[in-house]
Amino acid sequence: MVSIILFAPLMGALIAGFTWRLIGEKGAMWVTTGLLFLSALLSWIVFLSFNGETQHIHLLDWIESGSLSTEWSIRLDRLTAIMLIVVTSVSSLVHLYSFGYMDHDPQWGEGETYKPRFFAYLSFFTFAMLMLVTSDNLIQMFFGWEGVGVASYLLIGFYWKKPSAGAAAMKAFIVNRVGDFGFALGIFGLFFLTDSVDFNTIFAAGPTLAETNLTFLWRDWNAANLLAFLLFVGAMGKSAQLFLHTWLPDAMEGPTPVSALIHAATMVTAGVFLVCRMSPLMEYAPEAMAFVTFLGATTAFFAATVGLVQNDIKRVIAYSTCSQLGYMFVAAGVGVYSAAMFHLLTHAFFKAMLFLGAGSVIHAMHHEQDMRNYGGLRKKIPYTFWAMMIGTLAITGVGIPLTHIGFAGFLSKDAIIESAYAGTAGGYAFWMLVIAALFTSFYSWRLMFLTFYGTPRGDKHTHDHAHESPKVMLVPLGVLAFGAIFSGMVFYGPFFGDHDRVNAFFGIEAHHAEADAGHADEHAAEADAHHTDGAAGHDAAMADEGHAAVVAEHHGTAPSGAIFMAPDNHVMDDAHHAPTWVKVSPFVAMVLGLITAFWFYIVNPNLPKRLAEEQRPLYEFLLNKWYFDEIYDFLFVRPAKWLGNFLWKRGDGNVIDGSINGIAMGIIPFFTRVVGRAQSGYLFHYAFAMVIGIAVLITWMSISGGAE
Amino acid sequence: MISADISTVLPEILLAVYAMIALVAGVYTGKDKVAPTILFLTAAVMVVLAAMIGLSGGGTTSAFNGAFIDDGFARFAKVTILLAAAAVLVMSKDYMLRRDLLRFEYPVLVALASVGMMMMVSAGDLMSLYMGLELQSLSLYVVASLRRDSAKSTEAGLKYFVLGALSSGMLLYGASLTYGFAGTTVFSGIISSVGEDGMSMGLLFGLIFLITGFAFKVSAVPFHMWTPDVYEGSPTPVTAFFATAPKMAAMGLFARVMFDAFGTSTAEWGQVIALLSLLSMFLGAVAAIGQTNIKRLMAYSSIAHMGYALMGLASGTEQGVEAMLLYMAIYVTMSVGTFAFILSMEKDGQPVTDIASLNMLSKSHLPKALALLVLMFSLAGVPPMVGFFGKLAVLQAAVEAGYGWLALAGVVASVIGAFYYLRIVYYMFFGDEDKAGIDGTMSPVLWVFLMGSAAIMVVGMVNLFGVDGLAAAAAQTLVN
Repeated sequence: MVSIILFAPLMGALIAGFTWRLIGEKGAMWVTTGLLFLSALLSWIVFLSFNGETQHIHLLDWIESGSLSTEWSIRLDRLTAIMLIVVTSVSSLVHLYSFGYMDHDPQWGEGETYKPRFFAYLSFFTFAMLMLVTSDNLIQMFFGWEGVGVASYLLIGFYWKKPSAGAAAMKAFIVNRVGDFGFALGIFGLFFLTDSVDFNTIFAAGPTLAETNLTFLWRDWNAANLLAFLLFVGAMGKSAQLFLHTWLPDAMEGPTPVSALIHAATMVTAGVFLVCRMSPLMEYAPEAMAFVTFLGATTAFFAATVGLVQNDIKRVIAYSTCSQLGYMFVAAGVGVYSAAMFHLLTHAFFKAMLFLGAGSVIHAMHHEQDMRNYGGLRKKIPYTFWAMMIGTLAITGVGIPLTHIGFAGFLSKDAIIESAYAGTAGGYAFWMLVIAALFTSFYSWRLMFLTFYGTPRGDKHTHDHAHESPKVMLVPLGVLAFGAIFSGMVFYGPFFGDHDRVNAFFGIEAHHAEADAGHADEHAAEADAHHTDGAAGHDAAMADEGHAAVVAEHHGTAPSGAIFMAPDNHVMDDAHHAPTWVKVSPFVAMVLGLITAFWFYIVNPNLPKRLAEEQRPLYEFLLNKWYFDEIYDFLFVRPAKWLGNFLWKRGDGNVIDGSINGIAMGIIPFFTRVVGRAQSGYLFHYAFAMVIGIAVLITWMSISGGAE
Repeated sequence: MISADISTVLPEILLAVYAMIALVAGVYTGKDKVAPTILFLTAAVMVVLAAMIGLSGGGTTSAFNGAFIDDGFARFAKVTILLAAAAVLVMSKDYMLRRDLLRFEYPVLVALASVGMMMMVSAGDLMSLYMGLELQSLSLYVVASLRRDSAKSTEAGLKYFVLGALSSGMLLYGASLTYGFAGTTVFSGIISSVGEDGMSMGLLFGLIFLITGFAFKVSAVPFHMWTPDVYEGSPTPVTAFFATAPKMAAMGLFARVMFDAFGTSTAEWGQVIALLSLLSMFLGAVAAIGQTNIKRLMAYSSIAHMGYALMGLASGTEQGVEAMLLYMAIYVTMSVGTFAFILSMEKDGQPVTDIASLNMLSKSHLPKALALLVLMFSLAGVPPMVGFFGKLAVLQAAVEAGYGWLALAGVVASVIGAFYYLRIVYYMFFGDEDKAGIDGTMSPVLWVFLMGSAAIMVVGMVNLFGVDGLAAAAAQTLVN
């Protein structure tokens, strides 16, 4: 069944991409969409019938080279099951939505066919993403990881007639190279130390890696920390975390369904998925995890501040995505992977819906994206308005404090904020997230007020012709709205309820829970013994070679279950017992944000402009996204261009071409002439050459002492 | 004892007896009128002998107290020599007939030269070596000047003769030095006279003079000067013959003496041959660029190719000999095809040798142009043509034997050399139509050889027709 889920989108992509001339445009669209809905249906069946026990479904042997042995098999556990429903549900809805959105795209003229290509790319993306989440080893995961990168590149640059789209596609690809380099180094490191890329082996090696040192960049590092960090660099690139986030806002050049699918719901969460997937390693890398927490919190804050002042509706949501991804990383960083996955799930629903809603607005407004030209659209596009409203309620986290009743974001975001409080003892990450929650509320409501309330601004003609989107676009909105309202309440228990339910849901062995609770010293001691064994065995190996590989025999088996929490990881319990003020704080932040936005954009619409004038430097700073692009342009882009230019003009042009041409057109013809002249035709010259030759040979051999 | 000896040298005796009978028959019957018959008969005899040698059982036998050795190596070389000679004879007929050059002595002389060559590769003694060498050389001097009324042809014959005499003198001097210091002329005796502490100075000098003589025969630099002049001056079929069978024979003799008589001193002769190889590859590549006459061009091309073959020999290993044999077999095949084309180059009944006449050949004669393209690519060593595998084999052998620098130089030289092969292709496909200059008619025989050779260059990439395996077996019998 999982194989069908995995390969249906690939089939769709191939059929739509290569045979649309036979089956027609409509045929291609229906085939891809139909196959995706099949995938989605099967995914839900798999998810609901899944019993928590990890399964391996072997498809084929992939790479056999030396000690590297890579299978192509599906790892089906709770994480995979969650990602399956997220990916296939959103993807199928986006396929459906694109029927309406991509119709009569103004980028293309009459008679130009672009829809089969679009649908083929979407399906190909879905396949690559499913490859990523179903992978059973790192190589397979890297394949999917790069596959989604390619699909993202193709789709961002889908409007290839626009130079900005091409540039954005390149930017996304190149920035991701940086992250992927880290990811690849992490894979190499893991293979180097464990002699395997298989998840089971690597997970089993977690405790040993924590005791191992690895030399990298002329320094000794703790292997677990270093590798976890390198893997996280990969996650940073894909999930647009701070320093590698610059591509995500630009990626909004792609069609809006793409933004919804790839740059909100699925691909950008791959980094979070990676960190959760590698939890058995991450748990032994406290420093790396502290870094993950720190960077996630900073990203959440940074992206929220930038979101405050953006005017392009899609960019606001893009920064919002960036910020929410930061939340997920904080949850993973403090060790509550289930909360990260919880937010990933709910976020996929409400963020996809916000994007699709924004797409509906853009569609209605004839591809106008500047919010300053919106206003008063509530009456014109009522369904879209209500969908966006639900999305906003979900993302800002509206719910009844201290209960488990509320929109999806309320439950998942509060879970993360509580975890952050527990995990950092009320430190930096917690406060950053609360402030970010306030900003989130502000910019989300700002978006709502600017778009749907007030008086129409901008081109009057456009406003007059604003119309509600067709049904194919509204149905996906409705489905996602359902998810945005209820997914939080339905899944709170298994993801962040009490320990037993979480353990059962993720298939975690019971003794971890007992150890967590702190009354199973026996197991803890056993675990300790494991560590020492592993260390001893390892030390012996180190003595031989200095860098001998850590082999799986030296330590226990891989932890069962989709995620792993170390025996001393009590963050989730602590989070449940957080003080009441902590639990209420996100709600307060949300209300504050709402009131401010209401005051700024409904009560006193001139206030924002005045404030911006008064606080000019701050406003410019935020509007220009903290000048990251400018700094990168100065630090990396221009030197790289200069270097490229230098190597091209001087290195390639002058040195290589010059020397080759010099040899080919100067030196060799010279020798040709010399030889030609020597070939005089006179017999005595020839005889002379022979005599000289033998004289030289005799002399050489005599002197070189060939006769010894 | 004698009967065993006779049976060992039976192919040589048969060919020699046949040549004498043909000579007498020619004289007493129609003289030049029967020349075509004799020519085809000679070719047929050679093919039959080649089959006889090739299909005879394995094993190594020696005759006349070690003066004559019949082993796998000799058989490989002899089969190549006989088939090449037969092919060239068949190809020559039309050309010779049309130019009124088809004397009945021509096939007889080729047959006698072949006997000499077979003798060379089987030599086990300096005496038999010299006998074979001179039998070959004297026959070749005569056929080089076959066109007696042409100044160029006689000049070619004379130059070849005088320089050949000089080289023979050197060879004999080396042989006498060797005999003087080793006390014997039998190879097995010479090799056992080289003591634990290496060769004496006198033996070394003898070795170098011997090498000089062989280098002249394979036209290795700096003993190559005769080659362009003789190739250009001789009638084209004779040039084709020079470029094929005698090269194989000289290479075989070279390897035979080096391994059988001096097999324990590979380091000494290895470096000398490596130097010859290096010079040949570069001079062949550089000098050919300046040529406009395709026969002279092929002369330099053959010098360069001999450089590569010598690279295999210089390695001094079994792998090297295998590579050398393979290279020579491939080279001979390519040359036969190329000369089949050159023989057909004519305009208004007159032979043309200017490469500019090939301009835009592709337009009028696409199949021929394509075949020549394949051959040129193969000569240049462009993958996946068979010529590439020959080069690859010698380069690998050189690298494994520690001559990495030589292999590197070989690659550089082959890049330089690619220029003139590609220029021909350029003329044929992208050239100037106004300069087009050949009729392009081609006798069926030549057409078959051209196309067959080109097809071998392409199809052979699959498994080289198993020739590499035969070469390996042959090399094993020589180096043990």
